[in-house]
Amino acid sequence: MAIKTVGVAGSGTMGAGIAIVAARAGFDTIVFDTRRDALERARKQSEGFLAKSVERKKLTQDEVDAILSALKSTTTISDLSACDIVIEAVFEDLKVKHAVCAELDKVCPPHTIFASNTSTLSITEIAAGSGRDERFVGMHFCLPAQLMKLVEMSPGLRTSDEVFRTAWDFCKALGQIPVKTKDNPGFILNYFLVPFNNDAIRLVEAGVAAPADIDLAIKNGLGYPMGPLELLDLVGLDTHLLVAEALYASTHEPRAAVPALVKRMIAAGHLGRKTGQGFYTYRGNAMFGA
Amino acid sequence: MLYQVIDTGNSRSFPAAHALLEKAEAVGDAVIIIGEKVGQALQTLASREHKTAVLIELGAESLALHTGESRGNEGSNVLGFARFRLGESDPTALVEVVRQPRSTDAAVAAAKEIFEGAGLRVAVCGDFEGRIVDRLVRPYFNAALKRLDESLATADDLDTTLRLGLGYPEGPISLLERTGLEHHYDVTLALFEAYGDPAYAPARRARVAKLRANKA
Repeated sequence: MAIKTVGVAGSGTMGAGIAIVAARAGFDTIVFDTRRDALERARKQSEGFLAKSVERKKLTQDEVDAILSALKSTTTISDLSACDIVIEAVFEDLKVKHAVCAELDKVCPPHTIFASNTSTLSITEIAAGSGRDERFVGMHFCLPAQLMKLVEMSPGLRTSDEVFRTAWDFCKALGQIPVKTKDNPGFILNYFLVPFNNDAIRLVEAGVAAPADIDLAIKNGLGYPMGPLELLDLVGLDTHLLVAEALYASTHEPRAAVPALVKRMIAAGHLGRKTGQGFYTYRGNAMFGA
Repeated sequence: MLYQVIDTGNSRSFPAAHALLEKAEAVGDAVIIIGEKVGQALQTLASREHKTAVLIELGAESLALHTGESRGNEGSNVLGFARFRLGESDPTALVEVVRQPRSTDAAVAAAKEIFEGAGLRVAVCGDFEGRIVDRLVRPYFNAALKRLDESLATADDLDTTLRLGLGYPEGPISLLERTGLEHHYDVTLALFEAYGDPAYAPARRARVAKLRANKA
């Protein structure tokens, strides 16, 4: 089965990034969202990103013009009826995803493959509410999708081999690098990253070392590009809480449980960079405490 | 700051020539003791209380094994340190400096000045087994080995995902194979005994590697 037209449901940060990837790879791409303002914001962000790609000589202006003309948006879900694959990137909530997939199932032809960009929910569970669980795959892009090559691909328990193979080939045609993982909570990245970050928070809680010393040790001892606590400040403690709670709810593994310090920091408004205070203090572009 | 180095042999932190050793003097305001017998050297060190800092190399043990503890008020001019290295790989630029609750600020400042003056990077931590890096990275390594057993993904896909997704220089499976799974066993066993936390219990693959190494 040849994929020509790609649908993206949800025009948040992930959806907008995935749409850029698809259009940049030459696919006709339609982004659906019920919120017109979200679609407009995504369009502006995409134009801004592509303009920078021209400045950095990654793309020519002609190529950008072609990408933007291939990139359509709509607030009408039935406009996705021409899609060979639809990637959903809506809110991380099983009921929300079921509702969107059920609507998509009504408007898309039987051959359309559904893919989910979920980072924490079970592919099999989302697929179960999609009306086409044999034509459903996990395709977890990394943030920011338009820059990161990796895609975690997971078959659900009822996904057909042919559908998974088609989605895998499509992923490669996007210019991405797929890795296959079982349909496990957190797949690979979040399964390892969330507990690691929780462990770093617990070291701060236990007074083993200051955040700056922990980050310095991890970067210099292991060569990681960022320390866990500066990464948490970047991601936001509120976002970390959501992801960690979802992972813990699925695994009940002690290391996935959110340390008490996280909730205290959130209550105090210490969410990280976005509030100017997290494990470090931020003023403008300057970071204090490192 | 002038410092003296006492080498008791077989240092894991400084197994080869290094600027830190080359800059040492016959006597100094600080003393660095490296090698396997730092405990004995510390006990026989004359006038150690008059030094700004006495820095002793640690293995897996805590600093308190050499200095003692008392009601949370322990601490002096004696600090511990170790250069981080995985198994038999070369030591990294990271030096974990270990302090106790009442360690002197002057000793900590001296340790930073001396190590950073030799091109190393210093992270200061409390006196807990595993310090910072081993304490954080060993449960992650264990989880990777366990998930490999459970076929979450192939070893290559696990490594690729963590390299490309998080920017790690090397995936966990490849890193452990390169630096010695049996060494990972030794470190995790020590941490498991210290904390009783199942996250540190040696992974099956590490135990097999250790048994095979012992058999050879």
